[in-house]
Formats: sequence, structure tokens, C-alpha cells
Amino acid sequence: MYDPTVARLTYRGLLGRRRALILGALPVLLIVISAVVRVLTGADDQVAHDVLGGFALATMVPIIGVIAGTGAIGPEIDDGSVVYLLSKPVKRPAIIFTKLIVAIAVTMAFSALPTFVAGLILNGNGQQIAVAYTVAALVASIAYAALFLLLGTVSRHAVVFGLVYALVWEALFGSLVSGARTLSVQQWALAVAHKVSDSSLVTSDVGLPTATVLLIVVTVAATWYAGQKLRTLTLAGEE
Amino acid sequence: MTTLTIDHVSRWFGNVVAVNDITMTVGPGVTGLLGPNGAGKSTLIHMMGGFLAPSTGSVTLDGQPVWRNEQIYKRIGVVPEREAMYDFLTGREFVLANAELHSLGAKAAQRALATVEMEYAQDRKISTYSKGMRQRVKMASALVHDPSLLLLDEPFNGMDPRQRMQLMELLRRMGAEGRTVLFSSHILEEVEQLASHIEVIVAGRHAASGDFRKIRRLMTDRPHRYLVRSSDDRALAAALIADPSTSGIEVDLAEGALRIQAVDFGRFTALLPKVAREHDIRLLTVSPSDESLESVFSYLVAA
Repeated sequence: MYDPTVARLTYRGLLGRRRALILGALPVLLIVISAVVRVLTGADDQVAHDVLGGFALATMVPIIGVIAGTGAIGPEIDDGSVVYLLSKPVKRPAIIFTKLIVAIAVTMAFSALPTFVAGLILNGNGQQIAVAYTVAALVASIAYAALFLLLGTVSRHAVVFGLVYALVWEALFGSLVSGARTLSVQQWALAVAHKVSDSSLVTSDVGLPTATVLLIVVTVAATWYAGQKLRTLTLAGEE
Repeated sequence: MTTLTIDHVSRWFGNVVAVNDITMTVGPGVTGLLGPNGAGKSTLIHMMGGFLAPSTGSVTLDGQPVWRNEQIYKRIGVVPEREAMYDFLTGREFVLANAELHSLGAKAAQRALATVEMEYAQDRKISTYSKGMRQRVKMASALVHDPSLLLLDEPFNGMDPRQRMQLMELLRRMGAEGRTVLFSSHILEEVEQLASHIEVIVAGRHAASGDFRKIRRLMTDRPHRYLVRSSDDRALAAALIADPSTSGIEVDLAEGALRIQAVDFGRFTALLPKVAREHDIRLLTVSPSDESLESVFSYLVAA
């Protein structure tokens, strides 16, 4: 299923252009904020929880997911260069699967790693908070990458829709409407993080079984559907 | 021997019919797909290449469907019209990636680069390439697996004359080797120089098909219209209408010119200066008023 050539092209496309700068900006900001907060307030578990939960997991991870997920395929479809992948005897689901792996790896690298570093800076992993949020970021990376890869495959405005989902649905609706929280990648990731880290500060509105099932269903279904869409992707001509 | 069969293919986008019930067979050798801009050539090539589903009808390669059949690309090479092509890679990396996607290696990539004579610039980034160099690297990527069918969408667009000659030579060679080569163009001369067999598309319809000489004859035998201004329009008109090469003349008072319809192209062009000299009339303007490709095509459609 995994095609190293498709992976190489995707990595270089993702990390070579201006996109790498955007990908790097948020993690740097997180670490700077953490350092400043630590200097100003000292090591405080509640503050660490607020920064990692409010900024790292709620804002940074989904945005990185949008950039990496849609960026793994969207630009190629937009500019038409995807024709060089499609005019090959390579199975379409294999192209999607490979791009998903790349998008997950990039999202994890640019979100989970900085989250862990920020957690260490904030309170030295007190109450397992750094580990918990790192696990949450890793888990969320998988689902976000799959969702936004699908979005990049089906829509030319994937980045806009992705940001709307990440910021409006996850952040705004999630905090206002309790039902929306059940359908929130962030909450599913928190459920797993709570279980793994056993941290009392890190909690989720969704039970672990529900969260696990939803995570798997969303990831698998989005990937499968993206593969189907790529099989019948229509390359619009100039006319 | 590879034959591409297009059987009663139509394609519409909403209410717009881009390709209208086209049936044709493309066999070994070089075939030119000729038509004005917006005629539906790209839509047709997209369907031939399996990148677009026909709304009705079928496209098959030696009996195998092209749409939703990725294994068919073992036998098809595609040179798209669009420019974008992983500009962050070097030419060599790009062709190698294309080779790997066919489960081939560096050897095949190098051979393809040699075929298009791009070895000298293979280690430069594609973003630094000229239009002609891009076209040749695209060509190398399409040739890397030695396909029996080659589809090229407007391959000569934006190329300078020398690059055009080189690419034509290459395509001629491919055709002579027994490959099925199809390229689209809206420029008559390009097609004339390269293709022995021509398919003409106008407004989504299959207007003409055959060898170039036949189509050329249809084009030169059609009635030609000229706009002529002279020092004495009426005297010139009287002298010209006496000859059978002219079928009608209108004195356009508003334009201050004659609109002449000639039925015998060769005879008329010899007659006009002779008549003018004999009657001591100065010719101020002689311009064909319907030489645009579109008007030639519309005549072909009616023929």
C-alpha cells in the first residue's frame, strides 16, 4: 500500500515550500509562550493545563492538521500536477494511504513534539500533564490528518473549510454546545490521553470506548472515501 | 499495434455540451487533433487519457476501458497541457519519480532524458526551466515506460521554432516506430507538418477525418471571400465578374470597398492583379476576409 515515491514527492511538497514556515511558526509560538509563562508564574499545573489544553491541543494541533492534511494533496489537485500520479499504474487508495501516512507524520512532528517540549518547560511534566497532552496530540494528529486529507481531495477550498471546522466547530461550538463535544476530535483525543496518563487534570466529555470507536471509524472512513474520490477525480481542462 | 477507439462519446458539463457524439479510431502513426480553441479538444483528450468519464459512449484501448482502469497506464504516456509539474524537483528527480511509479529505475529515467536531449540540464530545478525545457521533461516522463500510446495536449504551445522542430522530429520518430501518437493543436501549419492523419473537431463535433491532403483540398476549394479597395471599385468589379472564377461581388458603400466571393482560388489570385493592370486601376487593399481558422472549420462542418 505504501509507495515510497509518492511519499517522497509529498514530503518535499509539504516541507519545501512556504508551508514549512507556517508549519513551524505555531510550535515556535507555543514554546515561546510556555517559556514566558514559566518565567512569569513559575511551575503551575493548572497554568500548564490551560496553555496545553487551550492553545496546543485546541488551536495548534488542528491548524497543523489542516495545513499538513490538505497540503498533502490539495495543491497537486489545484495546479494539476496530480496528473503525474494518476497517469501511473498505481492504485488510487495506495496514493491516499501513503499521503495519509506522510500527513500524520508531519502533523505529529510539528504538534506532538512541541507540545511535549512546552509541557516540560511549563511544569516539568508535573501530574503527567506533558505526557497526557502529547498523547492527545499524537492521537488527534491521526484523525485530523485523515479528515483534512479527505477535505483536500474533495474541495478546492479545503484550507478554509478546515480552519472553519478547527476553529469554529472544535473551539467555539465545542465550548457552547455539549452535544458538539461528542463529535470533537479534541475530546476523543483527551479521552485516550486521560486513560494513558491517568492525569486528574486531563479529562474528556466523551467516554473512552466511544472515543476509540469514533476515532477509528472517522479515520478509516475518511481514508476510504478519499481513495474512492481519487479514483474518479476529474481533471478539469483549460477550456 | 495499439488502437484507441472512441465510440459515440459525448461529454457535457451542466447544460454545456463540450463533446458531442464523437466516434473515431486512432491507430499507429501520428494523428493530429485539430480544432479552434474551445472546440473540445482538451475534454476529448482528457477522456482518452482516462481523466474524465464520458457522459455517454466509451473510450477503449485495444478493447480495454480507459476510465477507472489504472493498469491501462502501463501502455499510455500522457503529456498534459498544464504547466505545473513538481517545480521543486530537478529534471532528473522528476523523471526518476515517474519511472519509479512505473516500477522502473534510474536506467529507464536516464534513457528517457537522453531521448529528449535534456541530460545537460537534468540537475537543475524544474522551476528554472524554459517552456521548451519543461515540455521536453514532460515528454521524458511520458516516455519513461516505453508506452505504445502517447497523448499530447497542445504540445507546441509557447515553444520557439527550434524547439518545435525538435519535438516534431521526436514525435515523427515515435510514429515511425509504430507507436500510436495523438496530439492536439489549434494551428493548421503544425498539424500539416507533422500528422499524416487528421481529426478535426469544431464546437464539440467531429467535423472531418482523413489524410491531410484531402482536408487541405477541402479548405482551398471552398469559396474565398476578399475585401478589396482600389482606385476605381466599380470598373474593377465589372472586369472581375466577367470571369468565371468570381461568383459574386458586392459594392460596400459604407466601407468604400468591394466584397468579392471567389470560387476558384488559384485562378482568382492570378486574375486580380492582371485585370487591375489592364484597366489601369490601383489596388489599395486586398485582404482575405474569412481566413480565420474558425471560418475554415465552419466551412468544413458544412461540407
